[in-house]
Amino acid sequence: MEVKVKVKVRCLECDRDLNIPDDAVDGEIVTCPDCGATYEVVHTSNGVELKQAESIGEDWGE
Amino acid sequence: MSSNGTDITIIFDRLRWEEKELLDKASKLGYNAKLVDAKDLVFSTHDGIRSFGSVVIERCISHYRGLYITACLESLDIPVINRYHVAEVCGNKLLCSLTLVKGNVPTPKTQFVFSAEKAIEVASNLGYPIVFKPIVGSWGRLVIPVKDRDMMESIVEMREEMPNPLSKIYYLQEYVKRPPRDIRAIVVGDRVITAVYRYAAEGEWRTNIARGGKAELCPITKELEDVCLRAAGAVGGGVLGVDIMEDESRGLLVHEVNNTVEFRGAASVSSVDIAQEIIRYAMKVVKA
Repeated sequence: MEVKVKVKVRCLECDRDLNIPDDAVDGEIVTCPDCGATYEVVHTSNGVELKQAESIGEDWGE
Repeated sequence: MSSNGTDITIIFDRLRWEEKELLDKASKLGYNAKLVDAKDLVFSTHDGIRSFGSVVIERCISHYRGLYITACLESLDIPVINRYHVAEVCGNKLLCSLTLVKGNVPTPKTQFVFSAEKAIEVASNLGYPIVFKPIVGSWGRLVIPVKDRDMMESIVEMREEMPNPLSKIYYLQEYVKRPPRDIRAIVVGDRVITAVYRYAAEGEWRTNIARGGKAELCPITKELEDVCLRAAGAVGGGVLGVDIMEDESRGLLVHEVNNTVEFRGAASVSSVDIAQEIIRYAMKVVKA
């Protein structure tokens, strides 16, 4: 079985360690299992960072 | 391949399984595809962006963001799936119902009302239960089976307090007697590529997969195919999710057509490679 390397970052709300899969692409959503905060993964020259994800809008859907 | 090396651009604003699947299948088919975050885009009236490649698949989760990005792209003569007028109609339940009726597609009886007083009066005249739906929105959010006048009055009072002007447009639909499921059919171009029954989760009347609904493969009968293709044609065609109820007496009724169809639930039970079919269609649109 393929083992995916994970990158560790901290939740901006509750400081919990979050594991980001190595193959996560920009925009991928990460949810903190403790506090439920959602983030978008952003790759920068400093590595992986988290950006607050937008909250659900009235016009969201398919 | 286009001059900048990109064949397909997939525009998203919240990356779901579907967008990653489209990217993956595009790459496997040998196309140069890229994901672009809609939140990073800037368009100008005097400076045309030309880095989108041959075709764009617009997959924004925000209806209005996707709609207006499509308008910008089409002004630059970039083919977009789906086209602006398709997105506009499918993203608005009132426009969609009107368009389905005009296209002779069987659809539930629906009333559109434009004031609080009239909404309560019309609902009482129709008789309860009826279904209230916001005209913009998805996943069954704020879709309410209205059981009596008290409930209707509460809904109206709540809607009237909301700042969004669309909240004050009342979409009142007959309560269709149907089995505890509906049908989601995926139309790609001139074909119904797959269909699933969506069963409501326990304690839930809405069948949306986003609400815990379960998918089961649905056979594509001649009647289903015919209704789906008529619905897709009526709204302008493209890649669409057609939602259908099975009425006890009237047969199939199309109640919604979705513009940025979510297909993870259907993909979990269908043998059809939905993402691959969408990519193939996108490249066919370029060549057409």
